[in-house]
Amino acid sequence: MLTKRLIVCLDVRNGKVTKGVKFKENVDLGDPVEMGSKYYREGVDELVFYDIMASAEKRPIDIAMVRAVARKVFIPFSVGGGIRNLDDMREVLLAGAEKVSVNSLAVQNPDIIRQGARAFGNQCIVLGMDAKKTDLPGLASGYEVFVQGGRKAMGIDAIAWAKQAVTLGAGEICVNSIDADGTKDGYEINLTRMIADAVDVPVIASGGAGTPDHLVDVFKNGGADAGLVASMVHYGTYAIPAIKAGLSAAGIPVRAAI
Amino acid sequence: MIVIVDYKAGNLTSVQLALAEVGRESVISSDPAVIAGAERLIFPGVGAAGSAMDELNKMGLAPVLKAFLATGKPFLGICVGCQIIMDWSLEDGRTTCLGFLPGGTDIFKAVPGAKVPHMGWNQVRMIPQHPPLAAYPPPDAAQSPSHPVFKSIPDGSEFYFVHSYFPTPFDRGDVLAETEFGGRTFASVIGRDNLVACQFHVEKSGKWGLRLLKSFCEWDGIVGGIPC
Repeated sequence: MLTKRLIVCLDVRNGKVTKGVKFKENVDLGDPVEMGSKYYREGVDELVFYDIMASAEKRPIDIAMVRAVARKVFIPFSVGGGIRNLDDMREVLLAGAEKVSVNSLAVQNPDIIRQGARAFGNQCIVLGMDAKKTDLPGLASGYEVFVQGGRKAMGIDAIAWAKQAVTLGAGEICVNSIDADGTKDGYEINLTRMIADAVDVPVIASGGAGTPDHLVDVFKNGGADAGLVASMVHYGTYAIPAIKAGLSAAGIPVRAAI
Repeated sequence: MIVIVDYKAGNLTSVQLALAEVGRESVISSDPAVIAGAERLIFPGVGAAGSAMDELNKMGLAPVLKAFLATGKPFLGICVGCQIIMDWSLEDGRTTCLGFLPGGTDIFKAVPGAKVPHMGWNQVRMIPQHPPLAAYPPPDAAQSPSHPVFKSIPDGSEFYFVHSYFPTPFDRGDVLAETEFGGRTFASVIGRDNLVACQFHVEKSGKWGLRLLKSFCEWDGIVGGIPC
């Protein structure tokens, strides 16, 4: 039986893993290659590296870091932030990443999803979507898409965007709730469920995980195929095997932690 | 030397890095002479079967691979490299493939709770292999060893899959391991004699994927032997 995936997210800024709350007040935590490698050895199912400043600073992704990760990590990992075009995607994939994650770029130029899917396969293209609750009229789902690390509101409906991205060829959608990010109060179940019901590709829940129970909740009630965690493991509150054990005890099928 | 076949279908770096992690040097090559001279061959692949076969044919590699297989040296197919070793694939219309194993591929149909592509970590159930004739009378089936590449890997371990098509060998004896997805069981590892092929990504399957690669690198290409 296909297991639910536990994914650790490493936001990278100036070569260091960093973590904020609601996309602000970032604290540096360590070296991305070392941290990724540690989570790999502990039995995490997948890793995501976001170069969170590349897009805002208009510079390419740190390809040397991607290569270094590929030499130490033998599970799938995706890379996002700072992907500007097909050449960037190719470079990241050839460096050893399994998938690329597009966010701001795709909102500004949705066709990049179609081009990437055609060139590398849908399974390589993950749409990262930052969404926030809104009262704006015309956004039926009540959630608005943001870009540039949550700094810029786009006036686009989250569900409509998710559906469009999948039509274009996105193989997976990572739904990140800006409201829940870094709060450790639990995933935004409502948003995750709406996206999971709207599309037929895997959905990764992101933002708000603080305990293994939050993952159980989003797998059982949010329709998620994978759960992204950051704070709960970066600060040493939970180790990967303990989270897996918690999921397993709650009846969620998981890959055996090593 | 271990040779990773380069036919413009997939990320070969990951395979090479995984081999390095288990202490094996390898070369990535599309040169028929290099492939023919390999100690063992790894045949990866991502993307669609049709375009993979187009590239192979364009490069004239199909007969080179066939000749290599006939030498009895170990051959490992991965992902699309596990599909196009069959006679045909339903992907891209109906694609004529390499024909190293009788059978073809089929496509998963999405059912509730099983999104296609089948992507993620799933359990692999190993099928006991018959010992060679010399080892008869056969031992108790429960005592039969699984294929040599599964050495030291617990039955039911998870491996990483990404695919919409799956191999359907004609001969049940060519199924080396099975996996359950969407309410059906499919052949996740197939092979015969010195040929073994995994539908999952060995190079991205963590500890057990590396263990399988290591065992493949130590394998003499012979299935069976004294039951353990």
